[in-house]
Amino acid sequence: MSKKFHVSTTVNGDPVEFLCDSRETVLDVLRDRLSLTGAKEGCGTGDCGACSITVDDRLVCACLMLGAEAEGKSIETVEGIAAGEDLHPLQKRFIEYAALQCGICTPGILVAAKNLLEKHPDPTEEQVRYWLAGNLCRCTGYDKIIRAVMDTAAEMREAS
Amino acid sequence: MSVAKSLPHDAARLHVTGAARYVDDIPTPADTLHLAFGVSTIARGQITAMDLAAVRAAPGVVAVLTAEDLPFANDVSPSVHDEPLLSDGAVHYMGQPLFLVVASTHLAARKAAHLARIDYAEETPILTVEDALAANSRFEEGPRIWEKGSATAAVAAAPRVVSGLFEIGGQEHFYLEGQAALAEPQEGGDVIIRSSTQHPTEIQHKVGEALGIPMHGVRVETRRMGGGFGGKESQGNALAVACAVAARLTGRVCKMRYDRDDDMIITGKRHDIRIRYRAGFTEDGDVLGVEFWHYLRCGWAQDLSLPVADRAMLHSDNAYCIPAMRIESHRLKTNTQSATAFRGFGGPQGMVGIERVMDHVAHDLGIDPVALRQRNYYDALGEGGLSAPRASATHPPEGISQEKKDNLTPYGMAVEDFELHGMTARLLESAAYDARRAAVADWNASNDVIKKGLGFSPVKFGISFTLSHLNQAGALVHVYQDGSIHLNHGGTEMGQGLFQKVAQVAASRFGVDLEAVKITATDTGKVPNTSATAASSGSDLNGMAVKAACDTIRDRMAAHLAELHQCAVAQVRFDRGAVHVGAEVMSFAEAAHACYLGRVSLSATGYYKTPKLSWDRLRGQGRPFFYFAYGAALTEVAVDTRSGENRILRADILHDAGASLNPALDIGQVEGAYVQGAGWLTTEELVWDERGALRTHAPSTYKIPACSDRPDVFNVSLWDGQNREETIYRSKAVGEPPFMLGISAWLALSDAVAACGETYPALDAPATAEALWHAVRRVRDA
Ligand code: FES
Ligand code: FES
Repeated sequence: MSKKFHVSTTVNGDPVEFLCDSRETVLDVLRDRLSLTGAKEGCGTGDCGACSITVDDRLVCACLMLGAEAEGKSIETVEGIAAGEDLHPLQKRFIEYAALQCGICTPGILVAAKNLLEKHPDPTEEQVRYWLAGNLCRCTGYDKIIRAVMDTAAEMREAS
Repeated sequence: MSVAKSLPHDAARLHVTGAARYVDDIPTPADTLHLAFGVSTIARGQITAMDLAAVRAAPGVVAVLTAEDLPFANDVSPSVHDEPLLSDGAVHYMGQPLFLVVASTHLAARKAAHLARIDYAEETPILTVEDALAANSRFEEGPRIWEKGSATAAVAAAPRVVSGLFEIGGQEHFYLEGQAALAEPQEGGDVIIRSSTQHPTEIQHKVGEALGIPMHGVRVETRRMGGGFGGKESQGNALAVACAVAARLTGRVCKMRYDRDDDMIITGKRHDIRIRYRAGFTEDGDVLGVEFWHYLRCGWAQDLSLPVADRAMLHSDNAYCIPAMRIESHRLKTNTQSATAFRGFGGPQGMVGIERVMDHVAHDLGIDPVALRQRNYYDALGEGGLSAPRASATHPPEGISQEKKDNLTPYGMAVEDFELHGMTARLLESAAYDARRAAVADWNASNDVIKKGLGFSPVKFGISFTLSHLNQAGALVHVYQDGSIHLNHGGTEMGQGLFQKVAQVAASRFGVDLEAVKITATDTGKVPNTSATAASSGSDLNGMAVKAACDTIRDRMAAHLAELHQCAVAQVRFDRGAVHVGAEVMSFAEAAHACYLGRVSLSATGYYKTPKLSWDRLRGQGRPFFYFAYGAALTEVAVDTRSGENRILRADILHDAGASLNPALDIGQVEGAYVQGAGWLTTEELVWDERGALRTHAPSTYKIPACSDRPDVFNVSLWDGQNREETIYRSKAVGEPPFMLGISAWLALSDAVAACGETYPALDAPATAEALWHAVRRVRDA
């Protein structure tokens, strides 16, 4: 097939190297080459947010970015949110509030929500809703998701 | 006890860390092959030539299969063998699988699938209701007709009559995890299938037929789905069968997942329906008779369309005791995707029909639409006293007729557990209905641009499969000698929390913590001959089967321990992780070990079948349901009359889950179902063009509710009743019923549009912004 690209990058803090084809997306690379299957493909066209990751702290749809573009970047995925066994406050609240059902949107929503709280530690509810508007969930109806994010934000502000 | 507790989803920790494995996440060998279908580009005709040379020559392609290459059955239908896996020469819809590409990667397979050159003798497709009626293209010999009393006469004699005709669109499931399956060839021609399916037994059955082997050669395992909603009841058959056939051919692991566009183009959706109605009523608002005509576009194959259309008929009364009703249901065969199961299974369509009638009648009479509904409700008959008294402080509908109603549904089933009088009163009070009704009227009187509306809708949903033999379930439970428990049953987990609820039942039976119970993947090798996890029946059926299995083991343990310690069996108690045997107390683990040493079998199956059912679907008579689940919703919306843009401002919901097994999970089901139901009737629009191409096949063109669409105020609570029937811990099924609460959002939009003039808005569904824009003009110009 086509020429392979050699890419050096950082994933969840670990230096990573991989070879990929010119057409492979970061999502393909993460899932098929690095066995990080937390990011999901819900649409492949940037409309559902199931594949959300951050690249140099910017929220990105992994299905819209080529693997070759990851050179020299720092990527964070859902697998990097917890510190070992210690869950991030967002993860704890999502469990506690039952803010998930089938769970397949959850990785993308957590990545997006964490990115929001890093940039806006004190978001309004409207801000949360519009920040997460690109992350579709077919199961929950979103109410518990919003409440989990709002309450985590409050908790994290108190803690810091 | 673990039941009745709000425990999180069993896999929640796996979900939040990204460690929960869905089919596409399961590690497979490096030489795994990936499959894609080549699909038709016309809606109807015959294939005259199929040139697949370029497909075969494409990079990465290992094999290309057509119908002729299939070794045994070429069929993936769940009902009447009318659904070939690969076209046998005839094309029935645009997107129909014609050939199968087996390649080294998913992308290689998909790319190659587009390289075929296919010649067709094209025929004019049957796409619309008119087309189908003109061609008499239908399933069954003619329409099904059920009748209670003489509706035609009742309408003719009624003081007032309304009539109308409207369309209700279909709905794409949009499970966030697309269809997926994986086949691993085993020794001796056996195969293991991992499938994202609600119906592992069906997959096993179809794979067996396709491989020419008995069901015992096929094991199907399903740990979880990323959403199902009915879309994985039969629509996964094609992928699993394709993988099995390719695995047999190549001897390698084969995987198939639909890309989102393929998924939407190939698979079936909710049935769209056209409903015509005539209703006769008194000046006081007593509805005397209703006639319905249902026209469902079922698509090209029968699939589950007959029971879906039946269920639409079965919910044409919803919560109302109507003395005379006639329902005529046409199941039309069209050259479109084969419409299939979707949460509510036809019930929502039927219910929208009668809610439309109630709305229209209330508008015609100028009566409050809630009062009109209450007036026509079934009577609360039960002696159990579980309902609040029907005359409520908030809303005593004046002049309510005190005559006793016959309380018979149009299909002759007595409604014995009617909860809606009390529920409605409670909801109206907690949602401050009267004050808000007045406030909305005031707002509308002084605002011309933004109009507000309130919509109320009740739900009465029948629980049980209408194909009575499906109402059975099995379970398998082992207690190990260390006191840990292995739990298996026939239900599948698609996010609804079934596994957790059933594990709570098991833990309660043994008096142990939930941690002692291991939840395991649904597996046809452990529990055979299961029904689909559908019809909301998951916890009802599997909970009871698990209870039976646990009780068998517990009784054996109790008998042995009683003998060992010389006490009566009645003196053995399993409680909070301990087993009390007379005066002795031991841990559950010690008890299990003692039983093992005493050569007591610690493994048992459990079985359950729903009692009291008897149903004649041809005559439309009998008791198809064990019981009803109820709910009520009040929704407030605002519509911008210049653009049709609209928002749900507030939704208040009271839902009946009986004595809930897990209130947190049940409330989650209610919230998600309401939003999904509101999406169906507002923004989710499926569009086919005149050639039969589905033009809305991705989230970019098909709009499901997003976070930003969620109601600003969303109050959801559970009605603290109990199931009057003996279900598992007196709980009620909760998967489907709350979906229909979304009808209140559609009614609220209608109410807002009605505020623009005198005429009845007569909305179709979905009431998209565009449709509302037109409706506002219609009402204003009338
Ligand atoms: S898969 Fe990337 S946005 Fe949907
Ligand atoms: S929990 Fe299923 S899609 Fe969000």
